[in-house]
Amino acid sequence: MWQIRWVFKPIVFLACLIPALHLAAGALNASGVPGFGGMSLGADPVKVMLHTCGRWTLNFLMITLCMSPLRDLTRLNLWLRFRRMFGLFAFFYVSLHLTVYLLLDQSGKLGALWPDIVKRPFITIGMLGLLLLIPLALTSTAKAQRRLGRKWTQLHRLIYVIAVLGVWHFWWGVKKDISEPRLYVCGLALLLGYRLWMRRKSLTRIGAASLARISVARFARTDGA
Amino acid sequence: MRKSPAESGKIVPSDITPYEKYLSRRALIAGGIGLAAAQSIGGFARNAYGQPAAALTYVRNAEFSVAEAPNSYKDITTYNNFYEFGTDKSDPAENAQKFRTRPWNVAVGGEAEITGTFTLEDILKPHPLQERIYRLRCVEAWSMVVPWIGFPLGDLIKRFKPTQKAKFVEFKTLYDPQQMPGERSRVLDWPYVESLRMDEAMHPLTLMVVGLYGKVVPNQNGAPLRLIVPWKYGFKGIKSIVSIKFTERPSRTTWSIAAPNEYGYFANVNPAVDHPRWSQATERHIGGSLFDQRRPTLPFNGYADQVAGLYSGMDLRKFF
Repeated sequence: MWQIRWVFKPIVFLACLIPALHLAAGALNASGVPGFGGMSLGADPVKVMLHTCGRWTLNFLMITLCMSPLRDLTRLNLWLRFRRMFGLFAFFYVSLHLTVYLLLDQSGKLGALWPDIVKRPFITIGMLGLLLLIPLALTSTAKAQRRLGRKWTQLHRLIYVIAVLGVWHFWWGVKKDISEPRLYVCGLALLLGYRLWMRRKSLTRIGAASLARISVARFARTDGA
Repeated sequence: MRKSPAESGKIVPSDITPYEKYLSRRALIAGGIGLAAAQSIGGFARNAYGQPAAALTYVRNAEFSVAEAPNSYKDITTYNNFYEFGTDKSDPAENAQKFRTRPWNVAVGGEAEITGTFTLEDILKPHPLQERIYRLRCVEAWSMVVPWIGFPLGDLIKRFKPTQKAKFVEFKTLYDPQQMPGERSRVLDWPYVESLRMDEAMHPLTLMVVGLYGKVVPNQNGAPLRLIVPWKYGFKGIKSIVSIKFTERPSRTTWSIAAPNEYGYFANVNPAVDHPRWSQATERHIGGSLFDQRRPTLPFNGYADQVAGLYSGMDLRKFF
């Protein structure tokens, strides 16, 4: 399957960069560099950059979480070969999100950062999610995966927590119109719900006694009703 | 002192702004129907900032204007919070284009000797227009400088002879989901309601606005009649007003209904009282370079000398 490595992955990689390139062109436009006339980010380019990076962080977290359900549904393992790239793009966009916040929004005044983290819950949880993503990015190599073995799998389950924190951060950050955060909540609920459902199914199959008993009891109740 | 459009056109541009479209429109009026000016009109149509609006007759009120350079017409008319036309900043400029502002009626009611429904023309007729360059500070921690055209709200209020019981003034925006697509969503309690204490409403800084940059105010900025209270957060400046009512008690205002712990009745700009989810100590000024620093927010948005007295003895943390 050389095509995956040499054709599909590079194409997907470049596609994942499009939002960043668009912002870069918009930033050049906002800085008055000629030749980027059509790339305006509007009256408040810093806000657009901040929010676009935030949104794409969430998008890539969601896409990453879609890979194993897609494998299950299509019975194709190739989805998993893209998972690391998508996860790292989530890290890439959250890094840009933080950079825009620190350098452009706060003008590099780090003194303002700590009070913001402590006083504002939506920034606290956003920052927590970002920090939790760092060990996942650091251990994303095949080598680390081999070395950590089972622990790697356990560690990378943190993505569930990170995704929840990310969506929560978005929800609390918007002024009033929660229609967009609500979409992410629905998507995330679906993706996490799928995993719970699969886990229960496999545990039942193995015959974990207690869980089976609970399930039986529940089925019995359902039948009764 | 009222001047013809051509005369007031001569007063304004160099003093206000280097804004290129504004200048080229002036050039057109001055008689140079050149190619550049024609292109500038074309630019207006293409960019859909609104129909090239009618010029207004007004004088500039320097005493009530700040010295800072106003934001560009484009920034002021494409970056708007007007949830009746959508919650994105760019929505109002797109969705308000077909909004009908004529005929327009304003219902005046409550504790006043003269009440009833008035046409917009009746409302505006006796008031000479003036231009005032005001700071605008949004509760979202960004700011602009805007050359509004209007007249003091106090002058309008006096015409209705409010009674002793009139302690507050309530305003309502048009409720017309057909025309205002944002009102079909339940993001806020419609219609939009605002309210001022009588002394705030009578303050000479409080402005009824009908124009912007020398012309009729574009729909997305609150046509045909809107309020501007420059020392308060922008959301107090209710747009597209159809009702003015004199009341004994303060009305419950739209944003304070939506989130009472975040948006108060007074909503005076105050760097010392943070919004629960973000700081109000600084603001990002729209229209600067990417690397501009945030500016410190001033108490009462820089109008403390004129208005701080209205609130003496009040705990501004409690009455935010």
